[in-house]
Order: sequence, then structure tokens, then C-alpha cells
Amino acid sequence: MREPKSIRRLLIFLAAAFLFLMLILPLILVAVEALSKGWSVYIQALTEPYAIKALGLTIEATVLAVALNTIFGIASAWLLTKFDFRGKNLLGSLIDLPFAISPVVAGLFFIMLFGRMSPIYSTLQDFHVAIVFAVPGVILATVFVTFPFITRELIPVMESQGRSEEEAATTMGADGWTIFRKVTLPNIKWGLSYGIILCTARAMGEFGAVSVVSGHIRGRTNTLPLHIEILYNEYNFTAAFAVASILVILAIVVLILRNIVEARGVKAQ
Amino acid sequence: MLSKRLKKIFGAALGAVLAMGMMTGCGGQEQAATSDGAKEILNVSYDPTRELFAAYNEKFKPHWKDTTGEDITINQSHGGSGKQARSVVEGLEADVVTLALAYDVDEIQNAGLIKSGWLERFPDNSAPYTSTIVFLVRKGNPKGIHDWDDLIRDDVSIITPNPKTSGGARWNYLAAWEYARQKYNGDEQQVRAFIKKLFSNVAVLDSGARGSTTSFVQRGQGDVLIAWENEALLSLKDAPDDYEIVTPSLSILAEPSVAVVDEVVDRKGTRRIAEEYIRYLYSDEAQNVAAQNFYRPRNSEVLAKYSDVFKPLTLVTIDEAFGGWTKAQQEHFADGGTFDQIYQK
Repeated sequence: MREPKSIRRLLIFLAAAFLFLMLILPLILVAVEALSKGWSVYIQALTEPYAIKALGLTIEATVLAVALNTIFGIASAWLLTKFDFRGKNLLGSLIDLPFAISPVVAGLFFIMLFGRMSPIYSTLQDFHVAIVFAVPGVILATVFVTFPFITRELIPVMESQGRSEEEAATTMGADGWTIFRKVTLPNIKWGLSYGIILCTARAMGEFGAVSVVSGHIRGRTNTLPLHIEILYNEYNFTAAFAVASILVILAIVVLILRNIVEARGVKAQ
Repeated sequence: MLSKRLKKIFGAALGAVLAMGMMTGCGGQEQAATSDGAKEILNVSYDPTRELFAAYNEKFKPHWKDTTGEDITINQSHGGSGKQARSVVEGLEADVVTLALAYDVDEIQNAGLIKSGWLERFPDNSAPYTSTIVFLVRKGNPKGIHDWDDLIRDDVSIITPNPKTSGGARWNYLAAWEYARQKYNGDEQQVRAFIKKLFSNVAVLDSGARGSTTSFVQRGQGDVLIAWENEALLSLKDAPDDYEIVTPSLSILAEPSVAVVDEVVDRKGTRRIAEEYIRYLYSDEAQNVAAQNFYRPRNSEVLAKYSDVFKPLTLVTIDEAFGGWTKAQQEHFADGGTFDQIYQK
């Protein structure tokens, strides 16, 4: 597998140039544009009440989406790898649906399901429950698009582990909950952490589905990505990039966590 | 040790789910509070009115406090006018809508949320402020553009969005059409030739109005941008040394519509606030706010005060000149309409 030096250099150069153009340059531009009018304008854009509310909602939606998807992800991966049943393949494919479907379509699903045209709308009204064009809709949309991340991380880990440890535990008389706690969970913890991190990253940045169900009420149902779009459309470029830089910083933190988790996971094995 | 930590994680996750349940509950309570307290309204509007309503809300809140002693919160939602109307139909709980076109409010009426006759409910066709179509040219007006017939000169290059995809562009098209009709005394052949020549001068046919502004302002394309007066004035405010506005002799009167969403205000018990919110738009104070945000005030005294901003011109409405939007849409912009005939030949 020895390639001539020139080819190796060319390939390295191409990869580096591509990385620079596609990843590094946009990040630099975000930072430059965000600070183009100085720190005071930058801080002002971030401490503006609507920006803070949007950050709050993004955090709320992310935390809830990750929590729900963690529970669901563990349950479904466990089901899919440790048990045999009819319709298993179908369930496996269904879990991937949010990957395949455009987020906009997902948003429209929820509008059809919970909006005014829906048959259950009047019942929701009777209980004073607002789902679409309100915070629950934003959370629901976020949960939907980040649905497969944790399951998809766990399935290969659980599959490679096989069932022998669990089966051994069963023969020793442990019940299901004990097996899960003492055997399965310790085995999957690195895969799980990795899935949680990916899920967090995706949930923070979700735009399409949330945009459809949010109703764009300022200070109420605007998440950070929606807030950025609004600022941008108002020709308020500096503020838009300032808020965007927060998402970038969050993303970088998530990436660093990811690397730590990955390194520890490798060591643990 | 390990399992303790995992237990903690699990506990946190469970806690979060419970919190979610509680929050959904809270969402419900919040609404209940609004229905007896009536302290909060939502104004669903379209994109270019953000600054206008941000300023107006700051005037209305003290006004309401003075008259009733109540503190209120006004929430704003902005987006494309058609999309916003659609959201209200789908359940976005707007107490008032302040949209670009009567057509969009009609859509909400058709869904049963607004009672018929909304157009006559408030003065001036329920449109407290108006706008029109003008030209934005480069500083010093180097091509000497003064009216619509300068746009068909060979040396003039035009920026306007595509009337097939952009609502704003339809106003541009119809304004040019009406000018030509009056110029040629209604001779349809000559009107078509005029419009055809005008569109052959279009350098970039963007899909939306904001795209056209970007082509003209940021990319420096074209000699003249056909644009909304309020958007043109906004571009001018940002860069007074680069552009100037040319007001043609004749243009179209756009009447952005406002309405109370009956079904929502009756359910939430916010009718009083919502109606006053719209009525107060006609007050001198609000008319000044509209003018300062580049919409033409209806009040002629206020309009006169800003005569250096809003130049006088002949204004025709779509109803007078084209028999309403439905008819204009069918004749000019539907597949096979005049735009297709002119642009494809």
C-alpha cells in the first residue's frame, strides 16, 4: 500500500483544503461577522430578552428530547437486540423513519395531528391543552427528529455483546430489572453517552420541523435557530451571527465531550 | 460506585420526564388564566411590519393602562403573509391579524374564524396604513429614471421579482399595467407591448421580494429596483448615500388588512383588548408611528407632516382597476395568463 509521495501529498492537500473551505472558513466567518461591530454589540445581541428566552426554550426542548429519547432508545435497542419477536425488522425500520423523512414533513404531521383541522382538536381545547404553535409542539418536533440517535448508537454495541451475559444472569435467578441494571447498562454506557451527545447536538440545532409547528411567537415559541433566522431576515446580520456563535460554541463543547467519551470508551474496552 | 452513578442518571431522566408532564400541564393553566384574566394578546403579522408593531405595542400598552388600569402583554408572530394566515387556520391563536392582503384574511374567514364583513368593521377597508410601489435607483439617478415609461428604454436594466412566485411582484406588474393602460387609453395591444418591453429589460428575476432587494443592494445589479415604498425607504435609511427613491406619477395602493379573530377572542375573552388594539391604530399617535416606520398613514394631516418622505402620486386600487384580486390573479398570473403570454413569447 505504498503510494508515491506526490499522490499522498495531493490527497492530503485536497482533504485539508476541503476541510478548510467547508468547516473552518464558515466558523471563522461566523466569529468575524459576530464581532464586526465590537464586543458591546455582541453582548447586547446575546443579552436581549428575546435571545435569552430563545436560548431557554432551546435548552428546555433539548433536555426533554434527550431524556425521553434516552428512555425510549434504551428500551427499543434492548427489545431489538435481546429478544426475538414477529415484526422485529419492521420496528427496526420504523425507528429510522425520522432520519429518512424531511423535518418539514414531520412538522406538518403534527399540525395535521394536533392542529385546528384535526378531529381531536376540540377535545384538546376542552382540556385547555395547546400543542402545536405552543411549547409542547416545539418539544414534540424536537423529540421526533432526534428519535433514532440513541437507539442507533446502542444497537451495534448490544448486538456485539450478544445475549450470553444476560442469559447467564437469568440462570442465576436474576429478574429482568436486575439484569438490566447490573449487566446490560454497564456494558452499554459508552455507547449510550455517545448517543446522548449526538442527540443533544441535533436537538439544539433543529430548524425545519420546529419552524413548522412553532408559530414564531417571539419570546414564547422561538428557539435559537428560529431566532437567528428572524434576526437575519431583519437585516440584523451582526446580531444573527452573534446568536449563531452561541450555537457554534455549544456545538464545539458537544464535540469536545464526544471526543472525551470516545477516548474513555476505547480505554474501557 | 458505578451503579450508583447510573442510578443518578436514570433518576435525572425520570425527573425530566415528570417535569415535561408538569410543564404541559402548566401550558394548559396559562391558557385558563388568560381566559378569565384577559391580559395577553397575540398579533399575527407579516414580515415587514416587525419594526412597526414593536414600536406600536410600546404605545398601545400605556394607552390601555391609562384607559383601563390593566397591564397587558402583546406577543408578536411574523412570517410570510400567506403562511401566517395558514397557521391561524391551523390553530395559531391570534387575537388580531395584521396581514399583507385582504385575500389572506379572507382565507381565515373561510375557515370560520373571522365573521364575514370584516372589511367594513374598521375604517378605510380595515387598512389603517397603506403602501405603494416605487422605484429605488442609484444615488444621483444616473439613468434619469422618473416614471414607468423610462423603464422601457433600452439602456435601463430592472430588478423585480417573478410575479409567478412573489406576491409583491404582482403589485409591480399590475402597477406597470395600469400605467400603460392609462397612457395608451386602454389599447390592449400597446399595453402588452409595453409590459413585454419592460420585462425584457429585467436583469434578474428573483423568486421573492427580499431576493430582489439583495440583488440590487448587495450585489449591485441593475439600475432600478421596483419595490415596496416601505422596503425602499428602509434600504434608503440604511444607506442614504447610495440610493434615492423615485416616485412614479401613478402606482398601486396596497391596503394591508387588519382584523379581529372573532373565534379566538370570544373563546379567550380578549375581544375588548383586540378591538381597541386595532381601533387605536387609527389614532394620531399610531398614525405617526406608521409614518415613522415608512407606511403611509391614512390620516391626511399626519401624511402631510411627512410629505418629504411620501411624495404625492395617483394611487389606484386593485378593486377599481382590476376588479379585485381573484380576477387579476386569473387574468394575469394563472397559467396561460398575460404574464405567461408576454414572458414566454
